[in-house]
Amino acid sequence: MIVQSINIQGHIIDSLILAKVLDAIVMLGGTFTLSEVTVGTRREDTSHATILIEAPTMELLQEILKTIQPHGAVIETEEDCTVEPSPADGILPEDFYATSHLSTQIRWQGNWIDVPQPEMDLAIRLKTSPLSGQMVPMGSVKKGDLVVTGRKGVRVFPLERPKERDAFGFMEAQVSSERPHHHIIADVAKRMKAIQQQRKEGKGSGKVLFAGGPAIIHAGGREALAWIIEAGYIHVLFCGNALAAHDMEASLYGTSLGYNLGIGRSVPHGHEHHLRTINRVRALGSIQQAIKSGLIKDGIMAACIRQGVQMVLAGTIRDDGPLPDVITDSIKAQEAMRAAIPGVGLALLVASTLHAVATGNLLPASSPTVCVDINPAVPTKLSDRGSFQAVGLVMDSSSFLWELARELGWKG
Amino acid sequence: MSRLLMCPPDYFGIEYEINPWMRVSNQSNGDRARTQWKTLTQVLENEVGVKLEFMEPIPKLPDLVFTANAGVLHEGKAVPSQFRHPERQGEERYFIDWFTRKGYEVINLDSEINFEGAGDLLGFPDFWIGGYRQRSDISAYVQLSEIFQKEIMPVELVDQRFYHLDTCFCPLSGGELLYFPPCFDTYAQTVLASRIEPDKRFAVPSQEGKRFACNAVCIDRHVVLPTGCPETMAWLHKRGYITHPAELDEFLKAGGSAKCLTLALD
Repeated sequence: MIVQSINIQGHIIDSLILAKVLDAIVMLGGTFTLSEVTVGTRREDTSHATILIEAPTMELLQEILKTIQPHGAVIETEEDCTVEPSPADGILPEDFYATSHLSTQIRWQGNWIDVPQPEMDLAIRLKTSPLSGQMVPMGSVKKGDLVVTGRKGVRVFPLERPKERDAFGFMEAQVSSERPHHHIIADVAKRMKAIQQQRKEGKGSGKVLFAGGPAIIHAGGREALAWIIEAGYIHVLFCGNALAAHDMEASLYGTSLGYNLGIGRSVPHGHEHHLRTINRVRALGSIQQAIKSGLIKDGIMAACIRQGVQMVLAGTIRDDGPLPDVITDSIKAQEAMRAAIPGVGLALLVASTLHAVATGNLLPASSPTVCVDINPAVPTKLSDRGSFQAVGLVMDSSSFLWELARELGWKG
Repeated sequence: MSRLLMCPPDYFGIEYEINPWMRVSNQSNGDRARTQWKTLTQVLENEVGVKLEFMEPIPKLPDLVFTANAGVLHEGKAVPSQFRHPERQGEERYFIDWFTRKGYEVINLDSEINFEGAGDLLGFPDFWIGGYRQRSDISAYVQLSEIFQKEIMPVELVDQRFYHLDTCFCPLSGGELLYFPPCFDTYAQTVLASRIEPDKRFAVPSQEGKRFACNAVCIDRHVVLPTGCPETMAWLHKRGYITHPAELDEFLKAGGSAKCLTLALD
């Protein structure tokens, strides 16, 4: 896509000049985004619009520009971005450009270049040979790295509505428990099936990311999630110590945090079960070894190991043990999670405030995301922190997983 | 008393072709042109009661007679025209001289902008309409609306024969409008229809539109318009206007009529 920003000013609204320009862009085969519109407040005040035009070829863009220029469209003067060297390792130049999770380009020596893997709250590092731009976390910048500063020569593309007319097409930020869930879950299942189909046919390498908390086990969603993973619908799992620990506790003792999952009540000394589980896995050296050795026979972890799901277990300050796979350095955990993000075509953030927000921070806005939590504050928080693309579902995680598994073909 | 600026047609003639009406081979008759122009001044002075002021005609500037294209005057400010065709650019300094001598504050638009004065910018008391695409650039209206603090709605002119707004659009003193719709693109037609109520709009019939029925001068309840426009006159009578048909065929050969020959001064 070739992109050009234009400005138009004057009494452009009531005179239908703006409408005429937008119609012309579309009629000629281009698309547009109104990136800025300022409407005059008094009758004599003029209005102003900045329009981002996209065309499939340079020829078509030129044709569009030729057509709309007589109606007052002025091609925006473009400038290169400015860069400054980082003063020290882990320190950005004072006026660094802070990124969003929207598709971003920077202009260098007259050329616009894509900055891949958009992620919010990072900086942009410019490499001149070969020419490239990278999103870089503050802590990873090295002394002397050229970092984009100011706002000149940076452009950000608003999120396009997906072609699919499903729950993700509406991008509603509203979160409510008083809305039907079924159609959203059906749409999630449809997307998961499509991604699996594409992978099977070798047409794509899209991944489904699942980030979850231990409430999934406590509330009884373990069996359904294990089935979904075993059926090959999940490719990346983000979780903490607890989800893995309670999942394996259930395998060894039939309990989750001491509650028997079958009979629904606490069992004597049940609170020790997860500690004993963690201890046994630590003795074996890894979760993978716990599965291979036959210690853990079923559940989410077993399904992940059998299916080759990429797992990132990030630790927290209250972890027991932790399990040997848990990354306890939070910056290293963040790096491992970031490395697993490219290619995520669907993200399910279920029953975990910390993992939902952490994952939301890493995801580009273009990744369809659904956040499921019984507490409406979680999807709201996610949205407030910038992951506006996330569809919020206020419901119990177990109910969600059972319904999703059934949509995917589970007979359980 | 309303005042109009006119310029005697001493050097008027068809010396070049810059609109579809002009044919050097279809030369105007100098005597007839002078007679028609003189008659127009008499109608304006004696029947309409206008105070006329005159510019000195200049050799080799045949279109100086069309004073509507001198510029736009409003509340003591004058924005002079910046003609698209080099053939008329020589007129600019004479118009500027005249504005300066009369004490107007002369404000120039950016030099790369084309703007052809009251030929393309006409208005009602609360909003103005600016014609663009043929002679004036749409960008002129952004600057003009800042200079005069007026809402100016640009409308696209799509017929080369009606190259100035005043050839197909005439606002009347009572808020009515004479216009020739096919000269405007569909967006402009929609805008005009939305701004002026149906009973206040008269779409001149094709035959009369081509006679430049809209190139009329309206002063209070008087309308001076070209001859041969009976339906337009009948509508004006119904609305209570007094019509003054003026024979101006010699000027039509150059693509102008009553309105083009005058510039409102205020």
